[in-house]
Parts: sequence; structure tokens; C-alpha cells
Amino acid sequence: MEKNKKSAGEYIQEYGAFIALIILIIGISIVSPEFRTGSNFLSLLRQSSINGLIAFGMTGVILTGGIDLSVGSVLALSTALCAGMISTGMPAGLAMLLALVIGAVLGCISGLLVTKGRLQPFIATLITMTVFRGLTMIYTDGKPISNLGDSFVLKLIGKGTIFGVPVPVILLIVIFALFYFLLTQTTFGRKVYATGSNWKCAQLVGVNINKTKLIVYGISGLMASISGLILLSRLNSAQPTLGDGYELDAIASVALGGTSMNGGRGKIQGTLIGVLIIAVLNNGLNILGVSSYYQDVVKGLVILVAVLSDRNR
Amino acid sequence: MNIEMRGINKAFGSNQVLKNAGFLLSDGEVHALMGENGAGKSTLMKILTGVYTRDAGTVIVDGKEVEYHNPQEAEKAGIVFIYQELNVMFDLTVEENLFMGKEITKGFGICDKKAMRKKAQEILDKMGVNIPVGATMSELSVGQQQMIEICKALMVDAKVIIMDEPTAALTQSETEALFEVIQSLRQKGVSMVYISHRMEEIFELCDRITVLRDGSYIGTEEIKDVDMNDIVKMMIGREIGERFPARNVKLGKEVLKVDKLTKNGVFHDVSFSVRAGEVLGVSGLMGSGRTEIMQSIFGNMSIDSGKIYIEGKEVQIKNPSQAIKAGIGFITEDRKTEGLMLEKSIEENVSLANLGKVSRNNTVLSSASEDSLVKKAIEEFHIKCFGPNHECNNLSGGNQQKVVLAKWIYTDPKILILDEPTRGVDIGAKKEIYSVINELAGKGVAVIMVSSELPEVLGMSDRIMVVREGEVRGIVNQDEANQENVMTLATGGTI
Repeated sequence: MEKNKKSAGEYIQEYGAFIALIILIIGISIVSPEFRTGSNFLSLLRQSSINGLIAFGMTGVILTGGIDLSVGSVLALSTALCAGMISTGMPAGLAMLLALVIGAVLGCISGLLVTKGRLQPFIATLITMTVFRGLTMIYTDGKPISNLGDSFVLKLIGKGTIFGVPVPVILLIVIFALFYFLLTQTTFGRKVYATGSNWKCAQLVGVNINKTKLIVYGISGLMASISGLILLSRLNSAQPTLGDGYELDAIASVALGGTSMNGGRGKIQGTLIGVLIIAVLNNGLNILGVSSYYQDVVKGLVILVAVLSDRNR
Repeated sequence: MNIEMRGINKAFGSNQVLKNAGFLLSDGEVHALMGENGAGKSTLMKILTGVYTRDAGTVIVDGKEVEYHNPQEAEKAGIVFIYQELNVMFDLTVEENLFMGKEITKGFGICDKKAMRKKAQEILDKMGVNIPVGATMSELSVGQQQMIEICKALMVDAKVIIMDEPTAALTQSETEALFEVIQSLRQKGVSMVYISHRMEEIFELCDRITVLRDGSYIGTEEIKDVDMNDIVKMMIGREIGERFPARNVKLGKEVLKVDKLTKNGVFHDVSFSVRAGEVLGVSGLMGSGRTEIMQSIFGNMSIDSGKIYIEGKEVQIKNPSQAIKAGIGFITEDRKTEGLMLEKSIEENVSLANLGKVSRNNTVLSSASEDSLVKKAIEEFHIKCFGPNHECNNLSGGNQQKVVLAKWIYTDPKILILDEPTRGVDIGAKKEIYSVINELAGKGVAVIMVSSELPEVLGMSDRIMVVREGEVRGIVNQDEANQENVMTLATGGTI
């Protein structure tokens, strides 16, 4: 009988992306003294939290065999509404809570299009991506919303630190742990994998696959809105174009982490490594003074190499 | 064409699949190749046709030693392999499938559709199949698709055709049509290798039989010199004893009652009941609606009217989840697309149906209870594997089916529906599955077993319900049932 190679292969796969990350960090550190400072690493992690949270949500969706292109627009719309509420006098804390609810609801709308509407996830979220962006433009009239006052909570989520660690980094770690728990230790996690692996089989053993899908899209929207609040806090204004193209970095991170785009197979740890690779590239190439045009090419090539090596495992 | 394979060895990694395997094929014969799942039949044939390369041994075709490097080379030499999993492109037409990779062109890659259509029609006529060349593959029945595969083999002027379980998905009439084609090809001097688990077919069709066991050549016999027991003995190396183990169960009260179940255009007025400890066999041709009836009882297909009672109480079942809560388990006919998550481990497959059992409050998983459940499954069902993490893809058909059985039986169903429980399963595993069914019946489970294999239905059931064109044609008691009266009902006659 054939030896069970799956788990060994998966280790190599995870290990591979991790090695790539280490090589990148060491490589850039050697060339650039600025890169290898503690404060730069903290800011690198803080920058990665935006993409990281979105990518975690995206991982859940992709594991069920779907995709969520709407995250950037959800981020923009929930953030704009939040800023709007604050600027009309609502307490910032309440507005931020509402923004999270709005994010989850917007995600669920994509989920409903996929489940009840039976649209392909790519098309469904292409629609919501377009519509939500349009709604953001209508609501903001295409102009940024500033005058957000001087709220402590709003400042805290993006700019605050606890024991010297930026709050966004703490959020990244805590939410990563939650995702890890959810995907590996709960029955819901099993249902997510089962839905992506073989939905017919899952349905026949009583898994409500539509509910499972709806929840992962909802979570994806929620994650996008948390990212949006961090951005709002850091920028102190809501730009209508906020989050444009963020879905691509998130999907790239998930792919870098070895999650199958067909669903059913992948790990949240992989996504975290993917997120860090992208963050190191962004940060490192900036410090090295590489023009942003070249940065995109380099990023694309790194993804290519990662995905190819994943295929040859 | 004469083929001689001797001393063939093949290993995948550390796994020795073939050791000293061999095979002799002569002109114009139909040669059965038999052995349990994992005996190496398909691997041996894949070595012949260049899908795999051999580690050792010789292949001699018409007196010359050959080695084909890929299936195309074998095809050029006239050897064609029709795989069990059909190699058709479902969205393309019959004609496009026939000419895939060998299109007739007018030059510059422009297809000569007229010429292709004409040639395709010729081939279909020659085979006596009545399928429009313009039909899309997905519109055809599995049997018709199989016919197209054979036509493809004829297009390359095959001298040897290898068929792997060709009748597994065919209806009775399609099987008969296939057998006629095989007979006529034999008369034209085409040799055939016929791989099948169905003994009845081997005796009806084949001239000689070669048996492999654990990757080794066991022997070749003239079919007229052997009987079924001889073959089984060659295959498993020992006597298997009674094919259908005896069952002695006192029937309990009625557990499931189905009253006038109807789905317009599919089945109508289906009524029957099953008692605790009873095995109700369901027979009928493929497409008779028997699978659809079971899918509806399980809530995976909607009904238009009719009632379902469980233990005397009417139940509403709109989806599988409600069916499971009501105490029904359902083993589907297609374990690869519906029964298993193939790329997942035994553990994940067994747990998925039993999430409540392997978690606290149905939310957080408990790896201890998961471990013990899966280890119990592997032990109780004799699943041959490396452990709970063994990926189901790498299990043999019989062992995959045992995983499916385990996952359902641990849900403690009151009613278990099994749709083709032994399809593509070797004879040893078949008997184990029969024992499991008997054990369930002994525990008072009401069992419904749908099967295309008449001997199995006759051997295992207390009563046999025959379905034809969406209608229950009759329910026959075991002591009155035989091949003839069940077949008569299934094909529209009365008894």
C-alpha cells in the first residue's frame, strides 16, 4: 500500500513558504541597515495587519471553495459610514461598533448572492465589489470625510500601543489565534473544510453548506471592516477610494500560504506567512528605494515562484 | 495480435505493486483478468499501454519485444485501454469526442466537419448504436458514453481492446448491447482483455481467465474448465465459504413506512414499509427511479406528494439534516463524488458525519474522542490503512466503502439506506460488507439495499421490491424470489 505522504508534503509546503520568508528577511537585512531595526519590524508588522486581517477572512472564504473580491469595497463603505456617523456627532465607539456590524452585513450580502442567488462567488463578489464602491462614492460624494474629532478609541485602534506593541499588531495576533482555533478546533472549522472539499458529501451528512458559506462571507466582511477602522484611525479621514485593490494582496497572501484555490485544503498559518512575505517585500523594497513600478513586478514574480514550488511539492 | 508479458515488476515508492506478474493474450479471444482490488490488474494493463514504465520484465507483441512510452504509442500499435473512469469531454459533442486529437482537417488546422461527421456516422452505424453524432456527451447515458469510448477504440483500428469494469454503470439492456458488440469484434479477430468483478459476465463472455493476487501471476485457465469457486480460490488464496453469510433475525415492528410518494415525471405512488431487523432489497434497472426514491426519502430531492412515517409518526423531511435527525442514514451509490472527501483523511471523513460525538456541545472538537472513534472504526470494519490520517484517495475501493459504512453506522441510524453498497468492491470486501449489513439487521436496524446485482439482492434480502419506470411493480418474499421473476417484473412483465 502506498505510504501516506500527505502530511509530510504539507509540512514541506508550509516549511517552504516559511524558509522563503526567512531568506527574504535575512537578505534585505544584509543589504539595508535601516530594515533590520526593531522599530522597523514593528512598523512592518503594523502595516501587515491591514492586509493580514482581510487575508484571514479571505482564507475562510477560499477554504469553502469561494472567493471574495468585495473586501476592498466593504472596507471603504463601512469606513465611510463610520466616519460619516462620527462627523455628525455619534460617539466614536458606537459608530465603530456599527461599522463592524455593517461590514458583516455587507459580507453576508455577498454570501446570500452565492447561496440563495446561486451566483458563482467570483461573479457575486464582483457585483458587490462594484456596487459597494459606487455606494461609497455616492455617500461621500467622492470627497474624503475628515473632522473626526478627538476620540480615544478611534485613536487607539490604529495609533495606540500596549506595552510598546502597536494595537493593530495585537489585533493581528489575537484574531490569528481566533481563526486558528475556529478552523482547527471547532466543528464549524470542519464544516468549512468539508464544504470546500466535497460539498455534496458534506450536504449528505447533514452539513448546512449554505449556512457555512454565509458565515464565512460574513466573517470576511467583518475582517474588512476591522481593517478599515485601523486605516481610519491612522489616516484620520475616510477616503472614498480606500481599500482599492486590497482584495488582490489578500488573495496573493492566501495563495502564498499554500491554500488551494479550489477550497478544502489550506491553513491559516500559511496565510500569516503569506501576509508577512508581502509585508516584508513592500517594506523592504520601499526602504531599498525600489520604484513602485518595479515593486509590483517583483511581488508578482515572488508569488509565481511560491505557487510553482507549491505545485511541485 | 499476440501479447506476452512475463516477469513484470513495478513499485511505487516502497510499495511493490507487481512482482513477477504476467499475462498471455492470443488472437481473437476475450480474456478475463481477475483479482481483488489492489491485485495489480489495472497497473499491469497500464504498463502494457505505456501509462507506467515497468521496473523489470518483458513485453512481447507479435514476437517482437516492445516498450511503449505513452498511450499514444500503444494506440498506434493497435492497443487501446478503455478506463473505468470514462475519458470523455462532457461539454463537447459525440463527433468532437470521437475525433479529439485526430481531427480531419482541410489544412491549416481548419476542421473538415463534413468529413468528420460522415466518418463518425459510419463508425456508429458499424457498431449498431443509435446515437446522433451531434449530441452533447452530457446528454447521453453512461452506457451510451461507454459505447462512444468503444467507438473511439475502433477509430484507431484497434487490435486489442482492454476494458476495465465496463459494465459497472450500465443498465441490463446496455450491457447486452455491449456484449453483442464484444462478440462481433471477437469474430473480426480483435482480442479483448476484460477486467470485471462480476463472475456471471466472465462466464458468459470470456474464453480464458488469468488471475492475479497481490501483484503476482497465479494462473491462467480455460473458462470451461473452472467454476466460480475455483476462481474465488485463485483470487483470495483460500475458500471463501458461503457467499452470502446467513442471517437469523427476528423481525421487529415497522420502522419506516412510505405512503404514495410521488415526484412528477420521476416516480409515483411509491408505497412500502420496512421492519426493524429487516433487509429490504430494491431491484430495478438503472434509470428506473430507485435511486431517486431513496434520495427523496433522505430529503436530498424534493417530492410532490406522499407521506413518510417513522415508527408510526409522520415526519417532514426536507433536507438530509432532517433525515439524519429522524434516524435515517444514506450510503449513496457514488462514493467518490458523494460519499467521501477523497483528499481528506479517514479521520476527517468519519468525524464529519459524527461531529456531535467528537465535540463538546457540538462546537469545540475533542481530539481524544475523535481519535478513539476513528480507531474503533478502523478496527471494527477492518479498514486496511496506515492509521487515522490515511488519505481516502489512497485506499482501495473496498476500504473506501468501509469508511463510508463506518461514518454512517456510528450515527446510530434506525434506518440505513444503502445504494449499490458493493459496486467496484472485490469479493473479499463484499463479504465483509454483507456481514456488516447482517450485523446491523441483528441490532434491529431497518436496512434498505438498492443493488443492480441480482445475486446480491436475492442472497441478502428478506423481501425484494422491484421498481420499473418510477413504479413499484411488486414486492416479493425471499423464498419466492428468483432471478426470473425479479427480472420479469423489472422489465415490465407480470408474475
